[in-house]
Amino acid sequence: MCNYLIGNVFNDIKMYIFLIFIQNKNGDNMEKRKYQSIVKKYTPKENRLYNALVAFVVGGFMGIIGQGLIDLYSYFLNIPTKEASVFMIVTLIFVGCFLTCLGFFDRWVHFAKCGLIIPITGFAHAMQSAALEFRKEGMIMGLGANMFKLAGSVIIFGVVGAYVFGLLRLLIMGA
Amino acid sequence: MIYLNSFLFCGFVCLIAQIILDNTKLTPGHITAIFVVVGAFLDTFGIYDKIILFVGGGASVPITSFGHLLIHGAMSAASDYGIMGLLMGIFDLTASGIASAIIFSFFLCFLFQPKD
Repeated sequence: MCNYLIGNVFNDIKMYIFLIFIQNKNGDNMEKRKYQSIVKKYTPKENRLYNALVAFVVGGFMGIIGQGLIDLYSYFLNIPTKEASVFMIVTLIFVGCFLTCLGFFDRWVHFAKCGLIIPITGFAHAMQSAALEFRKEGMIMGLGANMFKLAGSVIIFGVVGAYVFGLLRLLIMGA
Repeated sequence: MIYLNSFLFCGFVCLIAQIILDNTKLTPGHITAIFVVVGAFLDTFGIYDKIILFVGGGASVPITSFGHLLIHGAMSAASDYGIMGLLMGIFDLTASGIASAIIFSFFLCFLFQPKD
């Protein structure tokens, strides 16, 4: 996940170096249009339709797994659906963490992209990969300080958004 | 039938996210943050509850349900305690998810070495 997140930055840097190289070669005559055509030529083309289809199918199967786990728990443990959905979320988070530890999940995320990032497994994957990566830098300054490095944005913006919307609803519609 | 609805809804959310990811310069971090806020926004007017009734577990799996649970806990506490309830109840329902993610990743990172 980490590599995937900073990939865009590396691409930008590469392109900048390329621009400097061309300017040095041709002087300042390099026209903007020409540069853009070159950028277009060397930007790796991704098959967007294929990516979207893979994300749709993988995400859909995650939804089926979620519903299946809810049915399974509410049938075998005799609990209402609301509690079963908590069990389901905890199970999916555990599976996400465990598979990230075993090293499968990075490859799967690379393949399915948003199909696995948007379900709750992406949250678990972000936390687990940060924890694995920063553990060697020590317990407090490494693991403790950096565990929420990638997943923290979800919690922070979620809480801020929920608070603002809740305040609006409380002021407009009442409780 | 509810399985088909789960498949279609969860797949559709992922499809939108993938289209945004491919056609803009936003990173996956941006997209998950946006989707949480969208989930919170949808639940402000009670839309997400109807989706969950219709779709079942498929609506609890994407990250949008995280925002939905945040504002749901906040509003249910606010109906009891007024405006301070927003702060008291905001983690009520998501606490299980956050706590389990912290605990699992804390203990598992001692058992495994990072790959590559």
